[in-house]
Amino acid sequence: MKAKVYVTIKENVLDPQGNAVQGALHTMGFNDVSKVRIGKYLEIDLATNDRAQAEAQLKEMSEKLLANTVVEDYRIELEG
Amino acid sequence: MNFAVLVFPGSNCDIDCFKAVEDTIGQPVDYVFHTETDLSKYDAILVPGGFSYGDYLRCGAIAQFAPVMAEVRKAAEAGKFVLGICNGFQILTEAGLLPGALIRNDSLKFRCHQVDLVVENATTAFTNAYAQGDIIDIPIAHGEGSYFVDDATLATLKANNQIVFRYSGDNPNGSVDHIAGVCNEAGNVVGMMPHPERAVKDILGSADGVRMFESVLKSWRERNGAASVR
Repeated sequence: MKAKVYVTIKENVLDPQGNAVQGALHTMGFNDVSKVRIGKYLEIDLATNDRAQAEAQLKEMSEKLLANTVVEDYRIELEG
Repeated sequence: MNFAVLVFPGSNCDIDCFKAVEDTIGQPVDYVFHTETDLSKYDAILVPGGFSYGDYLRCGAIAQFAPVMAEVRKAAEAGKFVLGICNGFQILTEAGLLPGALIRNDSLKFRCHQVDLVVENATTAFTNAYAQGDIIDIPIAHGEGSYFVDDATLATLKANNQIVFRYSGDNPNGSVDHIAGVCNEAGNVVGMMPHPERAVKDILGSADGVRMFESVLKSWRERNGAASVR
């Protein structure tokens, strides 16, 4: 089973990288860009086909390692 | 008093920490590899700066699960002295031994220069040789040293006197409330972004870091009594 994990900086935490990219987009003329946030995208292959088990594992992985929940949120997508 | 300097793949301030202990207080000190599973002989554990595990994923994120960290956790809970400097601070926050998290500098720049710090708490194991309000000159060298805690945690830190150092004047990284270093509630675990081990001789630009090492020796002597002083 394949999983995708998206890790993003919490809304109330400053994202200087996102702000820098937003500035660059403005410089390029894309003035409609009102906000950019940069996060991480992870693709994880799991040996299990049990959806509930996969979800439980991914939640634990995310909270213990993949995201630092002090400053980051995470979202999991399961495929198949 | 026995010191351990932890060495992770990618640690690069381990030698500085080792030499700082030798040069300031002359106590026995060992490098301890990240795979070690017994820290029982050590009274103080220094978690040095660098880029543990390449800082992949996040600074300190992978190091928190190194075998030695289970022992660091035990040592911290037993009241032993633990100091995390720079990447070491990041590791201690990731491991949950200190509150908060370190995020990218608001300037996006790697800042590497001397800074003035205010000693906000001169009662911790690593700061008792300073006086509260002392301004000390210690270098920083980091790209991800912006300390973040939410408002509720910040209030707790203030209430418990857990803010150990603040930047005086310019805030080099955008950290919340100008925080440069914090401790746990008991005061035996301290983490800071600036590098006291790089400020132990005037020829280095400052010797203001010396008192951190003198502090921990003093703490240990107070705890163990004069009889065991070597």
